[in-house]
Amino acid sequence: MQKHFITIGLFVLLALITVLAQAGVLSPYHVSVLMFMGVNIILASSLNLVNGYMGEFSCGHGGFMCVGAYVSAVCSVLMFSKNQILGAPLLPPSLALLGFPLSLLAGSAAAAVAGLVVAVPSFKTRGDYLAIITLAANYIVISAINNMEIIGGPRGFMGMNATEVAMKGLADIPWVLMWVMAGTVFTVWLLRRFVSSTLGKGVPAICQDEIAAEIMSVDTNRMKLIAFMLSSGLAGLAGGLYAQILGYVNPQSFDIMRSTEVMVMVYLGGMGSLSGATLSAILFTVLMEALRFLGVWKWVVIPLLLILLMQFRPEGIMGNKELSDLFPKLRKYYSFK
Amino acid sequence: MPLLEINGLTRRFGGLIAVNDFNIELGEHELVALIGPNGAGKTTVFNLISGFYQPSEGSIRFKGRDTRGLRPNRVTSLGVARTFQGIRLWGEMHVLDNIRIAQHYRLGYSLLDSFLRTKNYVTREKAIDAIAWELLEAMDLKDCAFELPRNLPYGVQRRVEIARAMSVKPSLLLLDEPAAGLNSSDVEGLIKLVRWIYDSYPVTIWMIEHQMKVVMSLCSRIKVIDFGATIADGAPEEIQKNPTVIKAYLGDDTI
Repeated sequence: MQKHFITIGLFVLLALITVLAQAGVLSPYHVSVLMFMGVNIILASSLNLVNGYMGEFSCGHGGFMCVGAYVSAVCSVLMFSKNQILGAPLLPPSLALLGFPLSLLAGSAAAAVAGLVVAVPSFKTRGDYLAIITLAANYIVISAINNMEIIGGPRGFMGMNATEVAMKGLADIPWVLMWVMAGTVFTVWLLRRFVSSTLGKGVPAICQDEIAAEIMSVDTNRMKLIAFMLSSGLAGLAGGLYAQILGYVNPQSFDIMRSTEVMVMVYLGGMGSLSGATLSAILFTVLMEALRFLGVWKWVVIPLLLILLMQFRPEGIMGNKELSDLFPKLRKYYSFK
Repeated sequence: MPLLEINGLTRRFGGLIAVNDFNIELGEHELVALIGPNGAGKTTVFNLISGFYQPSEGSIRFKGRDTRGLRPNRVTSLGVARTFQGIRLWGEMHVLDNIRIAQHYRLGYSLLDSFLRTKNYVTREKAIDAIAWELLEAMDLKDCAFELPRNLPYGVQRRVEIARAMSVKPSLLLLDEPAAGLNSSDVEGLIKLVRWIYDSYPVTIWMIEHQMKVVMSLCSRIKVIDFGATIADGAPEEIQKNPTVIKAYLGDDTI
C-alpha cells in the first residue's frame, strides 16, 4: 500500500486539476501555465538523459522538438482539418481520440529518427565537437522548415485546433490538458524505468569512463543510440503537445533560445537526477510567470540567477541525487529502481 | 586448442614500433606474467588483445576465434576481462552497480523489457544481482557494496576492479600492474586474492607486474619483453638468471 502511495497521490492530484479546470476554478491562464509546465518537464527530463546521465553536451534539443511539433501538427491537420494544400480531413471527427495520440506518436517517431543525425556522429565524436554537431542539427531543422512552403515556411503552420474541437465534440472536458499530463507522466515513468535498469546504467557508465565501459562489455554505440533516440523522441512528444496547446507553430519558437531554455532547466535541477529535472522544470515555469511583471528585464534576472547558482551550487539543486537519496524517509513510499 | 594464440603481433604508431613480432600461446588455467622495463610495450599488448587497438600485423586468436576487428565489448563478451594500470572504476556509482554493469553483455533482456518490467526482466535482474552479491561476498567487499568507489581506500578499489572483471566470468583475466601503488600489506592481500581466484575459478590469469615479489610468488611462467620484442620466456628461476633480462633491466656491465 505504502509503495503505491505516491502513485495514487499523483493520480488524485492530476484528477483534481482536471476537475478544477473543468469547473472553471482554474482560469484558462492557469491551465495554460500548467500545460507548459508539463511540456517543460518532458523537455528537461529527456534532455537530462543525454546532458546529465550521458555527460554529452547536446544543445539542439529545440530542433528535435520542432520535428515532433511539425510532424504531429501536419498529421493532426491531415486527419481532422480542412487545409488549402493538404486537402479535406481524412478521418471523421469521431476518431479524434484515436487519431490524436497517433499524431503524437508519429511526431515522436520522426523526432527519434532525426536523433540519428546526432547519434551516429556520437560514435566517434565527443564533448565540444559533438556539441557543435547538435547545434548544427538544430539549425538544419529550422532552416529546412523555413524553406518548406507547403507547411507555411517561416509564417508557421496552423489548423490543429480542429482536432481539439473534434475531441470536445465527443465529450466536453479539458482534453489537451489531460493529454499533456498523460504525456508528462509517461515520460517520467519511461525514463525512470530505463535509467534504473542495469541496461540503462550503461549510460552513466559511458559518462564516467567510456573506456572502462567499452572494456567491461557495455555496447557503447548501442547505448548512445538508445540515449539519443529516446531523448529526441521524447522531445518530439513535447513538441507535438506544444503544437496542440498553441494551435499554431512556427520555426522560430524552436531555435537555439528554446534549446538554451531547456539546458538551463537541466543544469538548474542537477545533472543526472530525474527528480531534479522535474522539479527544476516546475520551478522554472513558475519563475518565468512570476517574473512576468519585469518585462524584458526577466531575461536579465534569470541568467543572473543561473550565474549565482553556478557560483554557489555548480552541481545544480539536486546534484546527481534523487529525492529518495536526499530524504531517506521517502523510501517508504517509493524507491528508485 | 590453446586458449589464446598470438602470432607475429606487431603494432606501429607512426614510426614507432610499440610491439614487434610478439608470440605467445596460453592454455587453460595458467598463471603467467608479462614483464619488461618501462615503455617495453606491455600495456600495448593488453590493449591489442582487448580490442582497444587493432594490430598492424599478426593475428590474435582467442578460443580459436580471430578477434581482429572486434570492438572491445565484443572481445570481452567472448571471455576476456581486464583491469587497468590506473584504476578505472565508475566513480559516481556504488560498488554494487559497478559490478552489475560489467554483466552488460549477458543482460538477456531488451530495451522494451526494461520499460515494461516483464517477467524476463525481473528474473534476469535477479540473476545479475545474485552474481554480483556472490562476488562481493567472495572477495570480502560486502560491506562497501553501497559505497562510492572514490571514497574507498586504494587497495580496496583495486579489489573492486578485480571483482568487476571477474563478474564478466572470464576465461582469460588480464591484470595490468595490479600491485601498482599498493603498500606492502595490500600487496600481500593482492597475492592471496590472485592465488584464491586462480584456485577457485577456471581462469587463465596473465598479469603485467613490476613487483618481482608478486610475479615470483604467483606465476609459473614469465615472458619478458623489451622495446616491443620478446627477450626471454620461461620459468621464474630461469628468468632470474637470464643474462639478456638482467641486461635489459640493469644495463650493460661494460660501461
